[in-house]
Amino acid sequence: MGSLADILRNAQPEPMNGEWISHAVDPDVWTDIAKFIAAGDADLTALWGYERCVRMAFMERTTTQYAIVSLDCPDRKFPSVALHHVPAQRLERTILDVYGLEAIGAQDRRPWQDHGTWKASSPGGDAAPAAALPPYEFLTAGGAPLHQIPVGPVHAGIIEPGHFRFTANGETVVRLEERLGYVHKGVEMLMRRKPLAQAAKVAARISGDSTVASSFAFARAIESACNAQAPPRAQILRGIMAEMERLANHFGDIGSICNDASFSIMQAHCHVLRERVLRASEQCFGHRLMMDRIVPGGLTVDLPQAGVDELHRLFGEIDREFPHLVDVYDTASSMQDRTVRTGIVSRNLVEQFAAGGVVGRASGRAFDARKSPGYAPYPDVFGNPVIRSAGDVDARVWVRIDEIARSMDMIRKWLETLPDGHVLESLNLSSHAGREGASLVEAFRGDLFCWIRLGTDGAVEHCHIRDASWFQWPLLEAAIEGNIVADFPLCNKSFNCSYSGHDL
Amino acid sequence: MGLIAALSIQFAQMLLVLALAPLLLGFTRRLKARLLRRQGSSLIQPYRDLLKLLRKEAVLADNASWLFRVAPYLIFAATWVAAALVPTFATGLMFSWSADLIVITALLGSARFFLALAGMDIGTSFGGIGSSREAMFASFAEPAMIMIAFTMSLIAGSTQLSEIAEFVLSTTQLRVSLGLALFALIIVAIAENGRIPVDNPATHLELTMVHEAMILEYSGRHLALIEMASALKLLLYLSLIGCMFFPWGLAPAGASAAAMTGGVAAYVFKLVIGGAALVVFETSIAKMRVFRVPEFLGVALMLGLLGILLRFVSAGL
Repeated sequence: MGSLADILRNAQPEPMNGEWISHAVDPDVWTDIAKFIAAGDADLTALWGYERCVRMAFMERTTTQYAIVSLDCPDRKFPSVALHHVPAQRLERTILDVYGLEAIGAQDRRPWQDHGTWKASSPGGDAAPAAALPPYEFLTAGGAPLHQIPVGPVHAGIIEPGHFRFTANGETVVRLEERLGYVHKGVEMLMRRKPLAQAAKVAARISGDSTVASSFAFARAIESACNAQAPPRAQILRGIMAEMERLANHFGDIGSICNDASFSIMQAHCHVLRERVLRASEQCFGHRLMMDRIVPGGLTVDLPQAGVDELHRLFGEIDREFPHLVDVYDTASSMQDRTVRTGIVSRNLVEQFAAGGVVGRASGRAFDARKSPGYAPYPDVFGNPVIRSAGDVDARVWVRIDEIARSMDMIRKWLETLPDGHVLESLNLSSHAGREGASLVEAFRGDLFCWIRLGTDGAVEHCHIRDASWFQWPLLEAAIEGNIVADFPLCNKSFNCSYSGHDL
Repeated sequence: MGLIAALSIQFAQMLLVLALAPLLLGFTRRLKARLLRRQGSSLIQPYRDLLKLLRKEAVLADNASWLFRVAPYLIFAATWVAAALVPTFATGLMFSWSADLIVITALLGSARFFLALAGMDIGTSFGGIGSSREAMFASFAEPAMIMIAFTMSLIAGSTQLSEIAEFVLSTTQLRVSLGLALFALIIVAIAENGRIPVDNPATHLELTMVHEAMILEYSGRHLALIEMASALKLLLYLSLIGCMFFPWGLAPAGASAAAMTGGVAAYVFKLVIGGAALVVFETSIAKMRVFRVPEFLGVALMLGLLGILLRFVSAGL
């Protein structure tokens, strides 16, 4: 099929800053690109709708060129990408639900975000009064001894809502099908044509555990559209915040995975470390989750000298205590029996779905947005991504363990070279009306994509944020296959996909 | 001793187990919380929970049959009788003649039978999963328990708990078979009470539950009875281990009031040690896969069998 440049040679380029190129394409080129991605020559990054136009972001593997193509669909129809490349399926279903743009040729036409409780259908496009939806049909699995186990969306524990439909043969899972969308809150509509400050607040509140990463991605997208940069000190402090968020979440995840195997001693100790990271974050940046600290143009807070000392103290404690916990995890045979060879995801699948984050790296996909495309402040301090190849729950725990050490290393290096200066640059949005910007940021779950289009008077015309979970949720269905029902919590927790970030 | 005195001592034992069972549960929960660096709830919290449940309305599913309503009473009654039969602070009580290992196993088996039926009665998938797992575990735990009963009867010449206790007290020899039976009984006790690594009494992960999955649909007084029954069951197994393998401090038949008080003190001491050992063990281990449990219980069965064989071999020499 040739390279991306061949496919796009007749397409209309559009202005775009940073590592991204953007082209307006016709339906034929659109389909060519879908096939290009399906053939494994590119990774699908995102697929979204806006007005009567669909956009697709992807990365060519050989050149690591990041590109966005847009296709106008005045008749509200576009050629299906999922027809060639299955991972696009849920994205297309969402586009139909929210924007009313229909993928021609798509095989799965069931609604995804719309559960029939909305007041309007396609609220993001030409909203019409909602019509009654037919009952949702789950995929079937045939055979006499099979039985179904519906789980959720209301769970016995306090977690986010999602429905899991298991088809099991005794204890062995034959098929798992997820149904999500219970926490859909219309984030894109809440941000549309809103003043920058308001849109930034919404972006920070998509999912509390990834608030730094969302704000980071949003800020970088805006800065890319304005061709601006945050001050050097702010860039490094952003890195520190992002890594602090990763530390807190990884500690929490490692503990919670062990707790799902009823090994609560690990949870108790890991959550103490998580709590210490959160408290240090509050001391350094004035908020436990560091919400609203990163804004387009820089930061709203600066790191005081006391904060630097606090971080060194925190890392001293982690260095003292965490190796013991890792040792407990690694030597408890009862724990290893649960995690090793449980919930294996194959390398092929993570490559096909371009699954980022811990899920991808635990199955050998060496992708990390901090490395590629790479963004300030990472290129100087980030080496190669941490990878494991086993693809099981244990590998996902180990990637987290290794990344904790990596995050602390990076923060320590940054603290040594922390430049002085201001942390907030004012941006001139109105002179860039109509410009678009995109960014890819590594959240603790994986690559978080953000695309924005600036409107007039310094408002955000439209914003699309795609959480890493979009390409991880489907793999959970694959990971559990052939495992036993009782191992699902363990697999699920080792993925720790976002509900809120996915349902938007 | 008169009939009234004998009856009242037997009656006191029945009330004692009822009164102590929630306290034992509260103690294990509290100790576990402390080991996990938490404050933990008060020792008497289980009493408050039971009281709360008793006051609450019992909600029944529309398709619940009479069995679902009756099961909690049957389960509670069978478990209470079983727990009250095991000599706790004194041997030679009025109903000691019926305090037999086989009887106790049968009573607990019946309670479990009704619980598993009730789990399936409503027709929810979790109840079904719980019942199926419980039945699988039971089919391995019960043979192991019978093996233990055989070993004990071969050693002590009786399956009656009072006589076993007296025999163990009187013997000075250290018997390997006895040790094997002890380990087997500990394994069975862990499995029967749904403790880690077999089941987690504190979990609310729907898909991993066993006991909790079966009782998921119960509420109000029904739930209170079932919770009480499981507290009694834990107490029963600790009492059983105490009475058969560590019978020191048990007041003999017709003992004085002072000896009886001493017996109660020794009993409480044994419960504290047993509860603490359970909690320390639970904290240091992860839950095993569902299909590992038969292997775990298989060890108990083998130990029981080995105990019997050893007994025969040594008797033959």
